[in-house]
Amino acid sequence: MIDPLFLQAILGGCGIALVAAPLGSVMVWRRLAYFGDTLSHSALLGIALSLVTGLFLTAAVFLTAVVVALTLNGLRRMEQVSSDALLGLLSHASLAIGLVVIALIPSARVDLFAFLFGDILSIDQTDLWIIGVGGAAVFAILAVIWRSLLLATLDRALAEAEGVRPGLVEAIYTVLLALVIATAIKLVGALLITALLIIPAVTARSLARTPERMVFLAMLFGIAAVIIGLSASYLIDIPSGPSIVVAAFIGFSVVFFYQLLLRRD
Amino acid sequence: MEPGVLVELSHAGRRENGQWLVRDVSLSIERGEIVTLIGPNGSGKSTTVKLALGIHRATSGSVLRARGLKVGYVPQSLAIDPSLPMTVWRLIRTSGEKNEDAIKEALAAAGIAHLGHADVHSLSGGEFQRALIARAIARAPDLLVLDEPVQGVDFSGEIALYELIASLRDRIGCAILLVSHDLHVVMAKTDRVLCLNGHVCCEGEPQSVSVSPEYRALFGPRGAETLAIYEHHHDHDHGLDGGVERLVHRPDGVGAHAHD
Repeated sequence: MIDPLFLQAILGGCGIALVAAPLGSVMVWRRLAYFGDTLSHSALLGIALSLVTGLFLTAAVFLTAVVVALTLNGLRRMEQVSSDALLGLLSHASLAIGLVVIALIPSARVDLFAFLFGDILSIDQTDLWIIGVGGAAVFAILAVIWRSLLLATLDRALAEAEGVRPGLVEAIYTVLLALVIATAIKLVGALLITALLIIPAVTARSLARTPERMVFLAMLFGIAAVIIGLSASYLIDIPSGPSIVVAAFIGFSVVFFYQLLLRRD
Repeated sequence: MEPGVLVELSHAGRRENGQWLVRDVSLSIERGEIVTLIGPNGSGKSTTVKLALGIHRATSGSVLRARGLKVGYVPQSLAIDPSLPMTVWRLIRTSGEKNEDAIKEALAAAGIAHLGHADVHSLSGGEFQRALIARAIARAPDLLVLDEPVQGVDFSGEIALYELIASLRDRIGCAILLVSHDLHVVMAKTDRVLCLNGHVCCEGEPQSVSVSPEYRALFGPRGAETLAIYEHHHDHDHGLDGGVERLVHRPDGVGAHAHD
């Protein structure tokens, strides 16, 4: 008999892998990995916010990520600080503030390790609902803005000349990213969310000839990584986040060496 | 705006961070017309194009576009990130055109009918520019805007590209706004040349601009001497890579001006 808790985690994980694929692919194309890291690290600040105010965890993480993203966009206009230095600043500041606040709450019995690296048993039915409804919303919105987002990724001026507002679609993308980070935090933890977004997309790149094909393959690799990683996490009792990321990395390595062999012939 | 005018800039200018990128540009493009902008680096050519397209707002003066104007744009130095998988066909579809026949027609018009399924990352400079042109004309534009379309293209490919661009007016019936970084090359089929240097320093037919004192003052007598206006004698064929197979092509230098 399969443990229903395990099944819940698999189901939730697959849902997250599905929405992570298009967002992660865009992250790779636009070189936003470090930006994604900054948003994920701010999730810990969101957890602290949730503990202090009693706000629902997913909502608190989502809100924090959106605020950090907006702050980042605002600060980008400062010209004296380079964009990557700014990301480093906000990324680690939000992580550190989150850790400090959590440590200062005396009453909270917090399993910090679970928030940093994920916990397979923390996924409950509410999370499944959030992943299902949130995931459907993300897909619906992406379907509407996909061509504009792709055009803005190709060239901002080209997009503008053809009536697309790059700033707007980029802002929408950021909000969707914050939503996925908020739902993925229990599964993979604040430190490893970017890996779940990026590794399947990078794995898919060499096998794909069109953007949509890359997204589709990233979905398959993501789901495989979640199923294999969670099974290992369940069977040998390791934290789910690193377990999924290691599985994704093995998938990447297999494809990489396979391609290397093909090229040699 | 008068009927038949697609875009009209009157005394338009753009100022950023307290500096004028370009000012006092008056320019109107009519249906079926080919207009070429030339000028040194930083003379405001791209800014003028972006004003005309509505990418930038004019700080001074005004810019009017015909209602429902469809623009096909080939931006300067577009580079597709290698992490983004893309075929020529898929690139053209980002224009919003989904009709297969229309895409095939655009590919054929750009001279790359055989490259529809090619990976854009494997194309040569000339082929990639043609793919971008195919993308721009798939939208069936009223106005085709090309910002330095021969950048990164070798010399023979350059000639072939200019011929292609000139042929598009007849084939599609669109007006063309062309930016050329190469001061020495102006398409013979150009109806009007605007020479920019922060403002319009001279304008007119290609032949008359090359002998105007303003042009000579800007580029020096050497520049004026070498200004070549390509007259297209169709007495040779072009390979698909843009190579001229029977080379009879010769830039006809303008001999009407005075030498030192």
